Amino acid sequence: MTEAYIYDYVKTPRGRGKANGSLHEVTPIDLLTQILKALKDRSEFDPALVEEIITGVVAPVAEQGSVIPRFAGIQAGYGHSVPGVQLNRFCSSGLVAVNYAAARVMSGMSDLVIGSGVEAMSRVPMGSDGGAWAVDPQTSSEIGFAPQGVGADLMGNLYGFSREDCDAFAIQSQQRAKAAWDKGYFEKSLVAIKDKLGMTVLDHDEHMRPEATLEALGGLKPSFADYGAFGFDSIALQRYPHIEKVTHIHHAGNASGIVDGSAGMLIGTREMGETLGLKPRAKIVAFADIGSEPVVMLDGPGRSAQKALKRAGMTTSDIDLWEINEAFAAVSLRFMQELDLDSSNVNVNGGAIAMGHPLGATGIMILGTALEELERTGKSTALASLCVGGGMATATIIERV
Amino acid sequence: MTEIIKFELDQDGVALLTMDLPGKSMNIISAQLLDELESMVTRIAEDDAIKGAVIASGKVGSFVAGADLDMLLSWTDKLEDGTPEDLFNAAFRMNDLLRKMETCGKPIAAAINGLALGGGLEICLACHYRVVADNPKITLGFPEVMVGLLPGAGGTQRLPRLMGVQAALPFLLQGKNMNPKNALANNVVHEVAPLEEIIDKAKAWITGGGKAVQPWDVKRFKVPGGQGAFNPGIAQTFMGAQAMVQKETKGNYPAAVAILSCVYEGHQLPMDTAIRIESKYFATLLMGDVAPNMIRTLFVNKQAAEKGIRRPKDVPAMKTKKLGMLGAGMMGAGIAFVSAMAGIEVVLLDREQEFADKGKAYSEGLLAKRVKRKKMTQEKADGILALITPTTDYADLKGCDLIIEAVLEDVAVKADVTAKVEAVVGTDCIYASNTSTLPITELAKASRDENQFIGIHFFSPVDKMPLVEIIMGDKTNDLALAKALDYVKQIRKTPIVVNDSRGFYTSRCFSTYVMEALNMIAEGITPALIENSGSFAGMAVGPLAVGDEVSLELSYHVGQATKKALGDAYVVQPADGVVEKLYLELGRKGKKNGKGLYDYPEGGEKHLWPGLAEHFPAAENQPTSEEVTKRLLYRQAIEVIRCFEEGVFQAPEDADIGAIFGWGFAPWTGGPLSMVDTIGVKKFAAECDRLAQAYGAGFAVPKMLRDKAEKGENFYS
Repeated sequence: MTEAYIYDYVKTPRGRGKANGSLHEVTPIDLLTQILKALKDRSEFDPALVEEIITGVVAPVAEQGSVIPRFAGIQAGYGHSVPGVQLNRFCSSGLVAVNYAAARVMSGMSDLVIGSGVEAMSRVPMGSDGGAWAVDPQTSSEIGFAPQGVGADLMGNLYGFSREDCDAFAIQSQQRAKAAWDKGYFEKSLVAIKDKLGMTVLDHDEHMRPEATLEALGGLKPSFADYGAFGFDSIALQRYPHIEKVTHIHHAGNASGIVDGSAGMLIGTREMGETLGLKPRAKIVAFADIGSEPVVMLDGPGRSAQKALKRAGMTTSDIDLWEINEAFAAVSLRFMQELDLDSSNVNVNGGAIAMGHPLGATGIMILGTALEELERTGKSTALASLCVGGGMATATIIERV
Repeated sequence: MTEIIKFELDQDGVALLTMDLPGKSMNIISAQLLDELESMVTRIAEDDAIKGAVIASGKVGSFVAGADLDMLLSWTDKLEDGTPEDLFNAAFRMNDLLRKMETCGKPIAAAINGLALGGGLEICLACHYRVVADNPKITLGFPEVMVGLLPGAGGTQRLPRLMGVQAALPFLLQGKNMNPKNALANNVVHEVAPLEEIIDKAKAWITGGGKAVQPWDVKRFKVPGGQGAFNPGIAQTFMGAQAMVQKETKGNYPAAVAILSCVYEGHQLPMDTAIRIESKYFATLLMGDVAPNMIRTLFVNKQAAEKGIRRPKDVPAMKTKKLGMLGAGMMGAGIAFVSAMAGIEVVLLDREQEFADKGKAYSEGLLAKRVKRKKMTQEKADGILALITPTTDYADLKGCDLIIEAVLEDVAVKADVTAKVEAVVGTDCIYASNTSTLPITELAKASRDENQFIGIHFFSPVDKMPLVEIIMGDKTNDLALAKALDYVKQIRKTPIVVNDSRGFYTSRCFSTYVMEALNMIAEGITPALIENSGSFAGMAVGPLAVGDEVSLELSYHVGQATKKALGDAYVVQPADGVVEKLYLELGRKGKKNGKGLYDYPEGGEKHLWPGLAEHFPAAENQPTSEEVTKRLLYRQAIEVIRCFEEGVFQAPEDADIGAIFGWGFAPWTGGPLSMVDTIGVKKFAAECDRLAQAYGAGFAVPKMLRDKAEKGENFYS
């Protein structure tokens, strides 16, 4: 099997995913275009050598619809010859884009591929693409649907995490993210977003709340209690009847932020790197996707990690650094509990609770964060994982070379 | 065959179709009615002399009450030697006919003089114009969901297209009714007019040039309030509706989801396709077990019980005129209220005037609420209240033709009361006891005429609970039974007739629900799993919550009394230990003292008592919820079969009605015996053998069940 290497990683800053967010004025195709341009310009390769641009988008409709990478690629100067494909596995779409890019390389079918992701959540709101699961009565009654937050709350209940545990984790995320930004850990990959005139629109993550305190978080109202009372708690209990009731523990402060952003990675063979004069930064060792129970839906990351580790012939002790997407605090807490991890090497530079979760791009961002942290600390291996709606999860293992 | 629909053509060329089902007080939709309507629709379409038609009812106060449920049940027989397609064709017949009617090219109007339910309302909605009489008591609605069905003749399609998807859902999912005013506001009718004018108004619409086109057959028609899966509001509506449905049904009632699907899929389609989708879902419900079981028990048999199927035929009507109500406690006060509401004069007697007055005040309170909510005039309320005479004087009972006793549950006290009453009332007066625990035959011994002594057992709260359990003592005669049944009919409740035995029928079987749950507590099954499983089973309330409601104290005392009465025959079960521990050792009486299986924090929500885990540690291996559900339902069903075997009741119908309306047995099953038949008697018996092996003698298969299993017989023939 051919080995797949990461040659570069870039990301936009994350803008608040609301009308008052700095990136709200920027179209999703512009975000992706600036990312693709940055990849091309930083490595100075002949863009015609790229054989595929894979882009994760979770709401691939309206201005994020119609195979956005096809047109972003042309706008970014890749020419007409470079095709694009858009994929969706909800929250892990970005990571899956990288994995599938690597898979093309590993299979010998491609030498140079871009894995990318974009989500302008302020412009194309979550859920804009509809779907049968939540809406079609036949599907939802057979499979069981509850909003993710209810699943996350349920997960906290099932695995013994309280509201206080979640809030404490959230504060840690904020503090770690702030420290990482202050020390410039994210600068290497950051692509400041510019407007038509070349003026900077945003050059930092604007969702962070480093000043947040446990006390302040304690005052926030659980976001999903009303949904639960409406009937979704009952759906949860029908699947998990050994708990008396769902206690709602997540709120805006201990769940991932809604933001706009994009990211990309350049993946290729060793030979292609040599031809282009690029130094491989890490090898993609293994990856895995799994399916899990759809109502609680978010408890898959541990299993996806185990599956990837098994494929790589590794155990948890072979991993130096972990990234678990902070979709909800309970997801990260459960991941650490399930794999028996020490929080000192998990999400060391914060995560989506502090910086936000631009759905289609996040997977690349957490893998990239791990890559940069390995490089900074001289460590070797990292595993990144995300929980996925509908009861799925994805994990990827990289090793620095 | 006598015709149902009368056809008259007036000089303006407007046909008047008057539905008048011979020999019945209300029109119901039958195959014959549909045949006649079909040939008339053809005639209206083809005859150039006919300009249009008005559909009306020949019945006083009602248009059409719905479809003939027996007809629907007979369709399911088609499946035995036919295919689902045959069932679809049967189900699609009326849908197709109404579609033909609304596209026949001639304007058709409905003149709605009274209630129009189910198929009756569907006929109206397929008319191009609807005029309803201005009587606010007229109800228009789709009650199908209550018997496990959906409105299957276009109701799920036309209602949302008239009033909007979100607005229509409650009427389809909950069987909510609307009156003429709501109907007009919701676009469901076009005009409200005085009763005597509705036919003229309908005709005037036709002669005035009314168009023979439904809104949904006009190009670019849009469902009010939005339509289609692309509409975020629609997506939200269905997401929310599903959650609500699951909360309410726990997946036990397929009709609710089928209705949602009819609306979701159907409102996105042209009408011709949409009604086919609707009929397909309708057929799936008839092919399932829930709808036929619900129709049989909740509708057909319940109605038969109310009409007096158990009443001795040769006894003349024995209306109660003056009731002597002994004891003005909670039960007595409630019985006095429902009796006065039925126009019966009530003498409400208690030991102290204060108690008797308090009993009457209960009625006063309930009546005041009705007046406040404008459900009743003050004058009427005053009239009802005046029927109740609170007293301490037995002499006031003179002239009573029925006595109901609800005094202390003590044989001696009751005997004393009986003697005092009989000293005053005439020999033709029937004497009933509302006891829930003492054998009627035993109490009857205190009477001068044991033949005229009967049990009339009410459920609490009396004004809300629909069931009355009539208990025949060993010597009770037909006269007493007829009197009791006529009385129950007067107060508009549903009677079942059972024979005398410990706990009679309902209390005895019901207690197994709670006791089996407590057995599980003793085994270390987690309380939440037990409680949730009870609600998933479709029981009205979780078994532990019910245990607290009836109180652990009472359970303990009933257990002690049973033990004493049965002696060596008493089978000790683990639940006994749980009751003793909680009540005797820990003083947890139940809801009454704020601590039982639950804690009842002041101002807070009740929650399972965490201490249960300490006293009854969780077993390492917990069963599945399905297994717990099965234990809870099957244990009750076994007790019902034992009652049948012992002759506690005579007919499966009584058992199923009593279970659902008396103690909230899962209505989706059609009752415990319907449930056993549906599972398959043989399979049920085999499963009980396994359960008996695993969990004890409570599940031991009674001989009657074993015999039926071997012979391949059902409980319902």
